[in-house]
Amino acid sequence: MKKLVIAISMLALAASAAFADPIRDRQALMKERGKIVGGLSKVAKDEEPFDAAAVLTQLQALQANAEKFDIDALFPKGSESGDTTAAPKIWEDMAGFKAVEDKYLADVKAAVAAAPADADALKTQVGAIGSDCGTCHQGYRIKKG
Amino acid sequence: MPWLKKLVGVALILGVAGAAAGWLLSAPVKLDAATLAQLGPGDAARGKRIFYAGGCSSCHAKPGAQGDARLQLVGGLELKTPFGTFVPPNISQDPKDGIGAWSVADLANAMLKGVSPTGEHFYPAFPYGSYARMKPSDVADLYAFLKTLPAVSGKAPDNSLAFPFNIRRGIGLWKRLYLSDQPVIPLPDGTPEPVMAGRYLVEGPGHCGECHTPRDFAGGTRKGQWLAGAVAAEGGGVVPNITSGEGGIGNWSASDIANYLETGFTPDFDSAGGAMVDVQRNMAELTADDRAAIAAYLKAIPPHPNGYPARKKSTK
Ligand code: HEC
Ligand code: HEC
Ligand code: HEC
Repeated sequence: MKKLVIAISMLALAASAAFADPIRDRQALMKERGKIVGGLSKVAKDEEPFDAAAVLTQLQALQANAEKFDIDALFPKGSESGDTTAAPKIWEDMAGFKAVEDKYLADVKAAVAAAPADADALKTQVGAIGSDCGTCHQGYRIKKG
Repeated sequence: MPWLKKLVGVALILGVAGAAAGWLLSAPVKLDAATLAQLGPGDAARGKRIFYAGGCSSCHAKPGAQGDARLQLVGGLELKTPFGTFVPPNISQDPKDGIGAWSVADLANAMLKGVSPTGEHFYPAFPYGSYARMKPSDVADLYAFLKTLPAVSGKAPDNSLAFPFNIRRGIGLWKRLYLSDQPVIPLPDGTPEPVMAGRYLVEGPGHCGECHTPRDFAGGTRKGQWLAGAVAAEGGGVVPNITSGEGGIGNWSASDIANYLETGFTPDFDSAGGAMVDVQRNMAELTADDRAAIAAYLKAIPPHPNGYPARKKSTK
């Protein structure tokens, strides 16, 4: 009996170890997303000077980040538990979740393609991108305290 | 056993008296004439601000609606709570399915007293526990603004609640315990104007306490833990502590808070999620002064530690 309990808890441990990485990886990518958008939004709000080349580099970094965001690899089944704020709804509605990320990527690409020439243009783009962050976090994320 | 008979008799009398008292105590109370007289003519332009501060579309727009469709207040969202499922009704200007036929006094009785035109109690899932602190003139302005929105036909499904919560009359007792038009946080004379304005927006139309304050066994907000964060009543997870106490947002500056309400970005550039997204999008429609006032109030209120239990550390 005791052995069985140990065996089961080993299994549980192994399972959480296997999933520890995708959770950490997706959180690291999200954090990077936040940092980049944070820098851009300071420029959009005129808190920092507008430099077209630097802004474009940041937008490209945002696109690279989004292209690295491989949902199948980062959100394997079972990775909804543990130290994560991902909502179970992701796995109930994987297609919907992917559609939001696709729209986000499309908006980032559009911003890169139409490189903003001034802070006002950037503001509009950051507004659209920021709204995508909110839409996804609204449906697919839960703060657990 | 005559004593037993007597006891039963006494119990019966007490029971009937109790029920009668309960019946009287639970009677719906409408606004008095003096309050109704303060409604005034109403101004749609000013009412727009109250509409966004009050977040009516978060609950009454069609679920998932975006952009202008959020102004079609057909209802139908399902709010799943421990008491059962509440469904906010159609409050568009449709005279049959919505509230197009309501007078301004009808709306004021609903928002300030939680009473319907036919004299029934509304459930406090309609957050009139907060709206009760609103100025009557603001309700009149809101009424004028609602009149400018489209009429949309179609009834939302009824609430589906378990006994005894399905008995509306019982809400009268809840109101006796919790319904008040008085401010939650007393502020001394000489408090700066933005803090006062922020108190009104947060405690009244903004109804921030409905989500951010823990509740007692009967579903009333715990005023001693005002805005300390709570287990979410709906949707799972927790609603964060927004006081300056431990676990809260004491390390956010007033402008961090105002910026979050405008853009949805936290100081470390996380982006707001869950039920706060709709609230934040509504807050973005207010003026910078209104957002600054809310921030000033949140910095001024008593700090509390988290109002929800700590989560078990995940085993890693
Ligand atoms: C948190 C969700 C929520 C918000 C926000 C909300 N309501 Fe409601 N409302 C409800 C619910 C739930 C009901 C139904 C209550 C019941 O069945 O007793 C309701 C009922 C009503 C009714 C009664 C309609 C009828 O046909 O009887 C009116 C009027 C109304 N709300 C207006 C508003 C206005 C105006 C606002 C914004 C200032 C607002 N509500 C914001 C949830 C909400
Ligand atoms: C319908 C429920 C609801 C209402 C009403 C509400 N909030 Fe929130 N609030 C939340 C949730 C849920 C979060 C967590 C958001 C997340 O997961 O990112 C939150 C987060 C916040 C945060 C960020 C806290 C942090 O630590 O990240 C602030 C600040 C805040 N709310 C302020 C307000 C103010 C001011 C109001 C009133 C105008 C308000 N909220 C009304 C549900 C609500
Ligand atoms: C397609 C959905 C989606 C989009 C779009 C999205 N996020 Fe996220 N985000 C998530 C999920 C899911 C999590 C929770 C990850 C976890 O804890 O496992 C998260 C978590 C985060 C975190 C916290 C990471 C941590 O350390 O726990 C930050 C910061 C963040 N997102 C920022 C952003 C920003 C900024 C944007 C927009 C530029 C954005 N996100 C767009 C789904 C999304």
